[in-house]
Amino acid sequence: MKPIQSCNDLVIRFANVNGSGSASANNLFARAVFRLGLPVSPKNIFPSNIQGLPTWYEVRISEQGYLGRRGGVDMVVAMNGQTMHRDYAELQPGGYFVYDSSRQLPEEYERQDLVLIGLPLTNLCNEAFDNPRMRGLLKNIIYVGGLAYLLDMELEVLTAAVELQYRKKSQLIPPNLKALELGYDHARRHHQGRCLLTTRRRDDLIGDQILMDGNAATALGAIYGGATVVGWYPITPSTSVIEHFGRYAERFRREEGGGRLMAAIVQAEDELAALGIVIGAAWNGARAFTATSGPGISLMSEFLGLAYFAEIPVVLVNVQRAGPSTGMPTRTQQGDILACGYASHGDTKHLLLFPSTPAECFTMTARAFDLAERLQAPVIVMSDLDLGMNDQLSPPLNWDDDGRYDRGKVLDHDQLEALEEQWGRYRDVDGDGVGYRTFPGTHPSKGAYFTRGTSHDEYSKYSEESDTYLQNMERLVQKWETAKGLLPLPEERPAEEKAAIGLVCYGTTIFSAQEAVETLAREGLAIDVLVIKAFPFQQAVVDFIQGHEEVLVVEQNRDSQLRTLLLVECGLAPEQLTPVTSYDGLPIAARALVEQLRTLLASGQSTTTTVTQGGAA
Amino acid sequence: MTFFRPSFRHPQLPANQAGYYLRDYEGGISTLCAGCGHDSINGAIIQACYELSLEPHRIVKLSGIGCSSKSPAYLLSAAHGFNSVHGRMPSIVTGANMANRELLYLGISGDGDTASIGMGQFVHAVRRNLNMVYIVMNNGCYGLTKGQYSATADKGSVGKKGEPNLLESIDLCEIAIQLGAGFVGRSFSGDKQQLVPLLKAAMSHIGMAFIDVISPCVTFNNTPTSTKSYHWVREHSEATSTFDFVPFRQEITTDYENGSTEAVTLHDHSVIYLHKKDPEVAVTDRRQAVDALEEHKEEGLILTGVLYVDPESEDTHTILNTSERPLNSLEQAELCPGSAALKEINEELR
Ligand SMILES: Cc1ncc(C[n+]2csc(CCOP(=O)(O)OP(=O)(O)O)c2C)c(N)n1
Ligand code: SF4
Ligand SMILES: [Mg+2]
Repeated sequence: MKPIQSCNDLVIRFANVNGSGSASANNLFARAVFRLGLPVSPKNIFPSNIQGLPTWYEVRISEQGYLGRRGGVDMVVAMNGQTMHRDYAELQPGGYFVYDSSRQLPEEYERQDLVLIGLPLTNLCNEAFDNPRMRGLLKNIIYVGGLAYLLDMELEVLTAAVELQYRKKSQLIPPNLKALELGYDHARRHHQGRCLLTTRRRDDLIGDQILMDGNAATALGAIYGGATVVGWYPITPSTSVIEHFGRYAERFRREEGGGRLMAAIVQAEDELAALGIVIGAAWNGARAFTATSGPGISLMSEFLGLAYFAEIPVVLVNVQRAGPSTGMPTRTQQGDILACGYASHGDTKHLLLFPSTPAECFTMTARAFDLAERLQAPVIVMSDLDLGMNDQLSPPLNWDDDGRYDRGKVLDHDQLEALEEQWGRYRDVDGDGVGYRTFPGTHPSKGAYFTRGTSHDEYSKYSEESDTYLQNMERLVQKWETAKGLLPLPEERPAEEKAAIGLVCYGTTIFSAQEAVETLAREGLAIDVLVIKAFPFQQAVVDFIQGHEEVLVVEQNRDSQLRTLLLVECGLAPEQLTPVTSYDGLPIAARALVEQLRTLLASGQSTTTTVTQGGAA
Repeated sequence: MTFFRPSFRHPQLPANQAGYYLRDYEGGISTLCAGCGHDSINGAIIQACYELSLEPHRIVKLSGIGCSSKSPAYLLSAAHGFNSVHGRMPSIVTGANMANRELLYLGISGDGDTASIGMGQFVHAVRRNLNMVYIVMNNGCYGLTKGQYSATADKGSVGKKGEPNLLESIDLCEIAIQLGAGFVGRSFSGDKQQLVPLLKAAMSHIGMAFIDVISPCVTFNNTPTSTKSYHWVREHSEATSTFDFVPFRQEITTDYENGSTEAVTLHDHSVIYLHKKDPEVAVTDRRQAVDALEEHKEEGLILTGVLYVDPESEDTHTILNTSERPLNSLEQAELCPGSAALKEINEELR
């Protein structure tokens, strides 16, 4: 078996024990690849555990710029005894097995189609370093040094990365540099020429892109969008949105002099209260948001109904994870589309945004505040674990200083003073379904009203009159229509040739989907792609679907939830949309998707769910 | 429902210091049952706001769901109101207060709304010492869903349906004292003499001011065997002390004897003068406050009045060290770091 040979196109999997300090070493490696100018997408595959369970870190390097998970592993760095045999077994034929050769490999490791690369990590480490606590951490750095040699990376990029990483704890720099060199030297002396996976610096591939996780970008979007009140309850994978918000608030929201914070971050007792805090603040004129994941969405449903019906502009970030129930808390999914689209009892629907990149997390979150206030409704930003918690290559974040917050329809003191006709909170004077709000404390005698979740007339008075109720509900439909004109439009990515097949996707699925489409295009199969950015769906979505003979909807949940939403909301026949799903908790993998699409399109069969397993981890 | 209400009532009452008449604090006509304790409490709230010369539009009234939670509709029509969902008023107030710390937040709830479905939100608002007045109209039952016992119904108490309540009751005042409310009081809807000054003191306190007002439900829980009936409460209540509340700005004209009177100065410089039966019991001591409640309970008595005050307690904004300006008044120029800062961030991420 020939060893796999490729340059700037490979997948390395690091197999570690959770809590062993491997994360920073692995990060260092991924950043170094990025600094070589190579498109990189690192993905954490981690357990719901603080210490002891297996964790993997999969780094894909792709010269073509493919950022989705590829599937298949070319090299594994096997640092976890518990999973070592499985990691060994799952390597592709011709792959490289890097292991700690301080101990001999057991006999059952007898594959003939692999290249074994032993690095005596424990021995090297024990000889070089005394501090037992440091040893565990430095062992990880030693293998990074080894990889640098094996993959032909510039060692300076790694040493620079170490210096940057420890600039605030400079006493840690020398031992880390030493560890890097130990690994590098050992590999050079013992494994010269054995590894045919290589990297080469490129200056033309990533341009001005950044490497950032989606949750940090979301948090920054909330800062730029002017959020001042946050209610939240910890839940993976959304917690770091709030942590980042707190850090950015420290940086950008301290008052001069007094040092007080121009933001209130309230850790609530549960998600009900978290959203209640956001509703109370938004009702009272502050921009407010919360971030949560599936279980939190379930708890928030009651309040989402209130915000919908009382028309309160809340921003909710849902970093989706694998359900149902507690599900797989540290695995990714796009499983809350229906739960969010229709959250709460009665006739409710909510505005959804679907970011795919950190840059979109940033702009969509910032924009969500404008949309929520303009439309006086909840806006849910539908991120997921893959996007939120993994570093992603992304266009730089961009802000237009000339743009002004759209605070929507709010009457201030002078406008109230000047009012001649009777004001009604829910009167649709402009025909867009949106009334004018007022904030408490604005005017001594005008503009006070009673907000309620019970049925109300245009003046917000309680009413059980059928006509009044119907009128109000119809106005909300009118508002829904208005929203379509304000939400981001879907993005069409037409094939080079005329295509009879269309593919609809959204969020993190777009990377593997795009890669699959390009792969199939090279085989002569043309597919047009539509990336959905928001719900409600605009006419462009319907036109795209009607304009193709067959349309595939690719998403990461079992029940094809976006497809269901499309069928229901766009009045389509089920056979118009073919479901393609991947929902094993791992980010959807491009290679498996290609296989599935090939079979599906060859069989001419539609409306069967095709599961594209991401591959075990 | 709309009723015509003459606007020339209370001709004897002049405008208060802020220039408002009593009617300026009133709200819509009540749709509660005639004789419901909640209505009397609403009257007392109106009276207290008037006497304190509060500007009605600087008050925010919020509630959950229940007969009691309908109250915001029956008072302060010049104030913004928010009738939220069952048991969730405290989180709405938390958010509202975070957005604008300059208004007075009046939360009205029921014993079902607070002691059952809303227990979590209640205790955590107390823990945060949120700056608000939290009033529970406590009738020992769920009025709006037709009289089921609530978690504050006393063990052995018998309501209209005739079956005694067999479960332990929750004492919301004790919980509030234990969890850090800066001001805790208990009163009776039928005792305006006590309730109005108690409300005024609560409204002047900065931090969580919690008042549990026993408020008979005439329809479902006013039987002679119910411990939340008019009859029972009149027979079995005992005040911690009589007290005077002297708002800041008002001159103190009376002299109090030393020894039996304790003066507690609130953050806004108002003073509560407590004329105590037992000069030994300090109302500023948590443990003594809880003991006093328990001792009276053992004797089958309901202790009323100011139960506990901590004038030094810090409210949520102080704890979080948030801006002294209302957060909802901050403008884009202050909130948005702009493109130059973003450039720097992009650079850090390369
Ligand atoms: C989530 C939810 N569950 C149940 C109800 C029904 N419900 C309405 S009011 C109420 C009890 C109110 O009791 P309390 O707070 O003591 O108010 P009271 O009517 O006694 O003043 C209940 C259970 C509801 N509105 N919402
Ligand atoms: S049912 Fe009871 S609590 Fe409700 S309004 Fe009537 S008397 Fe009051
Ligand atoms: Mg009740």
